[in-house]
Amino acid sequence: MYDTSDIRKGLKVLMDGNPWTVIEFQFVKPGKGAAFTRTRFKNLLNGNTKEMNIRSGEKLEPANVDQREMTFLYKEAGDLVLMDQTNYEQVSVSAEMVGQAADLMKDNLPCTVLFFNERAVDIQLPTFVQLEVTASEPGVRGDTSGNVQKPATVETGAMIMVPLFIRVGDMLKIDTRSHEYVERVAK
Amino acid sequence: MKGRVLAVDGDVAVIRGERVDARVPAEAGWRPGDLVDGRARVRAFGAADYPAPGSEVMRLPRARLDALHARARALAQVRALFGERGFVEVETPLLVRAPGLEIHLDAVPAGDGWLITSPEYQMKRLLAGGFERIYQVCKCFRGNERGAHHASEFTMIEWYRAYADLDAIIDDTEALVARVCTGVARLGGGRTIDVTPPWPRITVRDAMARWAGVAVAGDEPAAALVAAVRAAGIQIEDGAAWDDAFFAAFVARVEPAVAALARPLILEDWPAPLAALARRRDDDPRVALRFEAYIGGLELANAFGELTDPVEQRARFGDDVRIRGARGREQYPIDEKLLAALDEGLPPSAGIALGFDRLVMLATGMTDIRDVLSFAADER
Repeated sequence: MYDTSDIRKGLKVLMDGNPWTVIEFQFVKPGKGAAFTRTRFKNLLNGNTKEMNIRSGEKLEPANVDQREMTFLYKEAGDLVLMDQTNYEQVSVSAEMVGQAADLMKDNLPCTVLFFNERAVDIQLPTFVQLEVTASEPGVRGDTSGNVQKPATVETGAMIMVPLFIRVGDMLKIDTRSHEYVERVAK
Repeated sequence: MKGRVLAVDGDVAVIRGERVDARVPAEAGWRPGDLVDGRARVRAFGAADYPAPGSEVMRLPRARLDALHARARALAQVRALFGERGFVEVETPLLVRAPGLEIHLDAVPAGDGWLITSPEYQMKRLLAGGFERIYQVCKCFRGNERGAHHASEFTMIEWYRAYADLDAIIDDTEALVARVCTGVARLGGGRTIDVTPPWPRITVRDAMARWAGVAVAGDEPAAALVAAVRAAGIQIEDGAAWDDAFFAAFVARVEPAVAALARPLILEDWPAPLAALARRRDDDPRVALRFEAYIGGLELANAFGELTDPVEQRARFGDDVRIRGARGREQYPIDEKLLAALDEGLPPSAGIALGFDRLVMLATGMTDIRDVLSFAADER
């Protein structure tokens, strides 16, 4: 069991059968009064947050959650298949967990998979990935006012908007959270 | 590369810069300790580079360095003020046989006893022993306290006046804070508070009625206070103790309101269940001669019109020990030497404990106590 002195960002606890992680905490002790820790939790399954005052001396139950570094292998019928490189164990998770970012995933991409009671419940991608442009029409000269962009297809098949100077064969840095072009990088 | 020469070995010099140490070709005549800027030896860096590089401290963030300089200046101001007001600086043991009995404090065990949670018992013995105006700046230790306003090891300024009442202590406090903060306390984010004396005062009863909508008499049963707190829309569990019900409302409603005030606040006349070592008022024994000073939400100081009655003090210590036991907290011995001193006679006195680290936070605008400490608990 954890007590309030164990509370820190990222601590995973079990409440009402759900795994929660601490996202913010503040130690409060009014003079001559009892100390407590004002704690903000995020539900690891649905993303909901809640704030609770945990009094010093109260206990929190650790959640059986485990974060494992895994590499992406391939997509299969709406699922992502990943492998733990340390023991070659494979898991399938629904591609919906990563939303649109699924089409930015290239084989061997390192990911962090969250397990709750041995079941994969969440997957985190690197914030940025680097992908090569496989198709894009040349930019139309002339209209250079403002932030003009054109579509480009990258090696995973994803379509993203890029500046006009991008050409087939360029390597792009792409933000997996926003699905947006960041910059062109050296190969 | 700009920095201080640590060593010269033949034609290679080691320079300690702001972020890294580097080995560079040495110029003729460079000696350890020299300040260099590029290839040139300089007498001093510009004001923007002060304090000059050359030590581990150099690697602290600039704001923290400034705060530690401000801390040293503040300490000098504290000593100057107490000197001008005729106080004697004292030092009492930090390692004691009987630590503070306050219900919500954990003493840190050490050696053959505990480290002090405050020097109050020892300083009161000095008052009983014949001193009339004493102050102390010392480390205090409270287990399991760690947060933006709390460090387990922190510095307290504590002072006492014999034959004086709380008005004299309020005057000292106002003068001290105004002097150290040069009239304006800084709260971070650019917010400031005018701390020039005199400060507004309000009784705890009025504050609880105004901001929490809870009437507190001081002698009602716990269940009645729980009901009143709940009626005000504040969550509290059934069977809560009187003090827990009080603080549920205080923390939820009064502290945020006090934090938003444009001026410091003296919160006075605390209900008797929260009297601690304060004397009850003769004209209303349901409240005690105790005040707390708040500035911008920071609880800066706690003061008592001191309880001098050895019989009542012994009874309160007995209650504290019993309540600690009932709540599963470690039970500490009663300080018989303090009780013996009260038996012999403590003059009518008033005293206060003020958090020096928090005062430095107000003087510098730092919002986390770690930024006014040389090394926080996790940096030791």
